[in-house]
Amino acid sequence: MSASALTISGVDKFYGPIDRGVHAVKNLTMEIGKGEIVALLGSSGCGKTSTLRMIAGFEEVSRGTIAVAGRKVHTLPPVRRNVAMAFEGYSLYPPLTVRENMAFALKAARLPRSEVDAKVASIAKLLEIEDILERYPSSISGGQQQRASLGRALIREADLHLLDEPMGQLEPQLRAVLRGRIKHFIKERGLTAILVTHDQTEANALADRIAVMEGGVLQQFDTPDRLKERPANLFTGTFVGEPPMNVFEAFVGTAAGRINLRLPDGLSLDYDKDAFSAPVRDQLLSRERVVIGIRPYAVRRSKEGVPARVSANQWLGDQTHIAADFAGGSLVLVEHDRTRLDLGAPINVSIDPKNLHVFDQASGMAISHGMELA
Amino acid sequence: MEHTSLLERILRGVALTLVVIFFMFPIVWIFMMSFQTNETILRIPPQLIFEPTLANYTALITGKLMTAAGTLDIAFMRNLWNSVFLSVTSVAVSLLLGVPAAYAFARHKFRGSEDIAFTLLSFRFAPALLVLLPLTLYFQKLGLANTYIGLIWVYQLICLPLILWIVRGYFEDIPADIEYAYRIGGHSWFATFRKIALPLAGPGIAAAGLLAFIFAWNNFVFALVLASADKQPVTVGALAFITSSGIQYGQISAAIVLSITPTLALALYAQRYLVEGLSLGAVKG
Repeated sequence: MSASALTISGVDKFYGPIDRGVHAVKNLTMEIGKGEIVALLGSSGCGKTSTLRMIAGFEEVSRGTIAVAGRKVHTLPPVRRNVAMAFEGYSLYPPLTVRENMAFALKAARLPRSEVDAKVASIAKLLEIEDILERYPSSISGGQQQRASLGRALIREADLHLLDEPMGQLEPQLRAVLRGRIKHFIKERGLTAILVTHDQTEANALADRIAVMEGGVLQQFDTPDRLKERPANLFTGTFVGEPPMNVFEAFVGTAAGRINLRLPDGLSLDYDKDAFSAPVRDQLLSRERVVIGIRPYAVRRSKEGVPARVSANQWLGDQTHIAADFAGGSLVLVEHDRTRLDLGAPINVSIDPKNLHVFDQASGMAISHGMELA
Repeated sequence: MEHTSLLERILRGVALTLVVIFFMFPIVWIFMMSFQTNETILRIPPQLIFEPTLANYTALITGKLMTAAGTLDIAFMRNLWNSVFLSVTSVAVSLLLGVPAAYAFARHKFRGSEDIAFTLLSFRFAPALLVLLPLTLYFQKLGLANTYIGLIWVYQLICLPLILWIVRGYFEDIPADIEYAYRIGGHSWFATFRKIALPLAGPGIAAAGLLAFIFAWNNFVFALVLASADKQPVTVGALAFITSSGIQYGQISAAIVLSITPTLALALYAQRYLVEGLSLGAVKG
């Protein structure tokens, strides 16, 4: 990783008095390298937008420091932070046309007229808003306003580009096209971008690394692949991935040289002791209760195996999502072929220990992923 | 265009005409009275046909009122000037103080901000007569009684809360992110206030200023008590027409016509701003 574009250390955000108000962001520390695209991913109210606004300077930092390109900025006014931002609510200037709105962002840079025009034209082409450049924000659709707002942020040269839900209002086809183009645009110019989203597809497609947040706490900050393969805790495990990971509580037991993971309803997953690697086995056997997680793609139907009963069956056009009543809860499995199964049909499922994620029952922290310790 | 039947349009026209006649009647009647002498005005039954005379206006403009008892000096033109001066200056001072204050209340929540804003609003709750006696005593001590400065100061009680609260609402309607977008683009908050917030709230500020002007213009009781003849506005000056030799209805009407003309003209001119101001909320952010 090259030089740091953004360093957040020990940042807390309270709405209201410190230590007594609403604690929106808790002791956040993260570092983003120059040229990286990072997504802040989480559900509503997880603190991702608060974080973004603290970086931009619209919210005060209650505790901790933020540095942009090595400069401490958390006490500076927004104007002196050298960051660009696209707002979730677009926030275009109503009395100006789309073209003026975008050119306006360059005003402070004092560029010659021809250069401004060229930049506006190229961004407008990128975002497919060339035909509405002379229109006013109130006369264009939400999706067009969003693209204009995105354009206004991307046109600037800044140390950091902050994008708050930059594509929430776009149609799916356009979104897919623009994702690719915007990523290319950012990478080509070596810009550093942070986007806030609750859409994991968007985060996966755009970001080099994803910061998963929940309850104001950074849960995990990692590449999209590692988030899926090695979730740090139960929250990331169940939050990242579509359909979500299946999770069950299990009692660990041994019988006749085998390890059983006893599930509710008298079901049990039985494995040979040697099916686990030694460190994972030791960890398992040192505990009485664990939480196990299995990705829906990793659940297999088999002749032998643990019984379940089909409760829903959806063909999505390219894969089948089967939900089954299993161990007092629900188990979802994904198959790539069209599967005809009636509701209530009995099936047997088996789970390869290589695909088992084990979490601590009390803390939710990951213990092992397949054969490796977390 | 909406589709309406002929009958519906006729009925609507009739209803509108009735309403307009009802509301406009006093003004039309006053306008007619202003061109008549006291004798024709007081005829019973009143008549719509009369011989118009400009005597009332001449008397007002020259400042010489002829009555049965002799010639009386009246300072109507002076009063009119006082009204213009007091109202315009009061509104200007209120705008200067009130608009930045409204912006501060709209954008920055600080400890006690709501209390201060409410206190400012509460100036309008206090009955003027209750405030007047202590105010007069203070003003006499301070040497502010019967001065323009003193009157403009008291007029802030009328104008400032009005402007503050109306304009605050307009500022609150502007999405804060529009201002943030401007600030992050490399502009200070003051530039943002001037270039983004003020223009966007412009129609609202115009509407509030106009309303404050009308309230200031119509004020009677503060000026009655705190100003002597040479500083009185038209509202108080009109009392001069109740003379020992009778009430000069003709002059009173002419004075009313002259004194409502500036506000009327201003309202007509500012009408489009008022409408724009009221529809500002329809602008998507």
